[in-house]
Amino acid sequence: MVSGQGRKGSSPWPLVTSLTTPLPILAPLLQYFISGLTNGAIYALIALGFGIIFNTTTIINFAQGEFVMLGALCAISIYHLTPSLPLAFLGGVIIVSLVGLAFERLALRPVGEASPLTLIIITVGAGVFFKGVAMLLWGKESYTLPPFSGEAPLHLGPATILPQNLWILGLTLVLVLALEAFFRLTLRGKAMRACAYNPRAARLVGIAASRMVQFSFALSALLGAGAGILIAPLTLGVYDMGTILGLKGFAAAIIGGLGSLLGGVLGGLLLGLAESFTCGLISSGYRDAVAFLLLLVVLFLRPRGLLGGRQ
Amino acid sequence: MRTKTWLVGWALALAGLILAPGCGPGSKSEPYVIGGIFSITGPQSYLGEPERNSMEMVAEEINAKGGLNGHPLKLVIYDDEGDVTKARLDAEKLLQKDRALAIIGPSLTPTSMTVLEITQKAKVPLISCAAAASITSPANERAWVFKTAQTDQMAVSRIYQYCQKHGIAKVAILTVSTGFGVAGKEQLLSQAAKYGIEVLAQEVFGEKDTDMTPQLTKIRGTAAQAVICWGTGPAPALVAKNLKELGLTLPLIQSHGAASKKFIELAGDAAEGVVMPAGKLAIYQQLPDSDPQKAVCKEYAEKYQARFKAPESSFGGYAYDAQRMLDQALMKAGRDQAKIRDALEGIKNFPGVSGVFNMSPEDHNGLTPDAFVMVKIENGQFTLTD
Repeated sequence: MVSGQGRKGSSPWPLVTSLTTPLPILAPLLQYFISGLTNGAIYALIALGFGIIFNTTTIINFAQGEFVMLGALCAISIYHLTPSLPLAFLGGVIIVSLVGLAFERLALRPVGEASPLTLIIITVGAGVFFKGVAMLLWGKESYTLPPFSGEAPLHLGPATILPQNLWILGLTLVLVLALEAFFRLTLRGKAMRACAYNPRAARLVGIAASRMVQFSFALSALLGAGAGILIAPLTLGVYDMGTILGLKGFAAAIIGGLGSLLGGVLGGLLLGLAESFTCGLISSGYRDAVAFLLLLVVLFLRPRGLLGGRQ
Repeated sequence: MRTKTWLVGWALALAGLILAPGCGPGSKSEPYVIGGIFSITGPQSYLGEPERNSMEMVAEEINAKGGLNGHPLKLVIYDDEGDVTKARLDAEKLLQKDRALAIIGPSLTPTSMTVLEITQKAKVPLISCAAAASITSPANERAWVFKTAQTDQMAVSRIYQYCQKHGIAKVAILTVSTGFGVAGKEQLLSQAAKYGIEVLAQEVFGEKDTDMTPQLTKIRGTAAQAVICWGTGPAPALVAKNLKELGLTLPLIQSHGAASKKFIELAGDAAEGVVMPAGKLAIYQQLPDSDPQKAVCKEYAEKYQARFKAPESSFGGYAYDAQRMLDQALMKAGRDQAKIRDALEGIKNFPGVSGVFNMSPEDHNGLTPDAFVMVKIENGQFTLTD
């Protein structure tokens, strides 16, 4: 029975090691940073989902968390049928995007020009519906998904990082950049931004607002599903994982500024880091409280969120 | 005038028809009503569902054989959803509306503590499936309460005995924030000195938490020689994974809450080498044939798998043992609730899935730390260890 810190092998990051070895108090901080960044990236993806739908419809889609859960569970089921991770990822993302489209078409569009509150309540109901369906389809058990490229932890000085963490950070970065490019450079992206600024004017210039709304739901569902599939190897997929993730993603979206792309990313990362450091430095019991505490602080001090955006 | 007599006549006849079955001494085929309160849905459904299933399985078997002394068993099972208020309401319903002779359950400690208040007052025997020692102690205040689950006290004793044997004197504990975890933490802290163990760190995690790396990172910074994790559900499996992800080689000791095949499935490779106390159901194939529990465990495992197409669990075993002991008491005592209680109290050498029960007026749990064996996960299987 060997005790102690099992750090095997030499570190490929001499700078980090040289910084943290003389100051042992810094060693766990790096670990908290890595864990916080990883969770933050997931919150960021979910926050972006909230932001995109808010931009085109001015409503909050409280079923966003369930898209995350559906993505994870669909990918897991696909993986059980054919053990191919890329297929599971693509399949999960595509299926949930279709669910997002169907949701918009069947649950929201028929209601027409109802008040935002009505629409928001519909999304809450849809969230409960998705969760119930998931419980019937997958039961209450947790399911595993293998990590995308192995489980061997990499050593970053005194901390360890998993290949899956790198996947999450990398893919999130790619998705955010792709989104940014989409909104700034493509016609459809610009059309969606136009809808966000002024829906009536957009319609006047021939932009089909309903199409944009449809597309925004599909995109948000895609992002949510991607987040779910990325995190499933680390946190397991279970029918009720969407609730708390959705709420935290929403908090991250508000913190960063609802409607702003960069705001969503910043809010997510900030939330992830705050959670991780609070858990590590203060007390692990307060983990879930951090999101809502931060949300309250932001709402009191800067209701528009850190990077502004629409109210 | 004639219409009135006619009406009165019919009313009397109707009343007679309604009241007649209730009159007279209980007919031979009148069922014994047994109540069940379990957390069938909600976060602890992994406890309640197998418990309800096991209870139903036993009753079906009994009824197929013609019942107990000719009386079929009628089960009335309610779902408390893990909620204390609902459990209380369910208990009231069972006592007043359904007139249960005895109640099996609840699945959790807080719900058990609420329900036993009601059943004690009503003088109805209760057999709880929850872990805390305070359910059946102090004995003089729990005359009508029994329990089949091993107590957390015993689990901790077994763990610390193991630590002593393997030269582990400094530990870090990581407990879940639910009642199970809080009770376990209490035991871990209070029994540490007795076994010469020093608890260097006490971390907490939520039942639904998915990332315990901050807590483990903190533990990594201490001189702990082992990590004791106390939780149920998927979180302990994630703790095992996180431990491996952080590159920690500390031995991981789980509570008996992790003693299920699901833990091995979820933790994957990270489950190798993990040690925990478990009821003998987890390793019954490795028991010598002379062990009185081997036959019971084998029968339960095979029957449960055949009936429900799902793996057996020691949680379901609590209800299985409870129902079988109750059946024995009913055979002896019939409908008299005081006699049922006495019969339960007098059960000796009853081999169950959870242990060999020896009830007494001072001990309504009837188990010793021997009900637990230490098991280690090797090659994805539970194996007896020392």
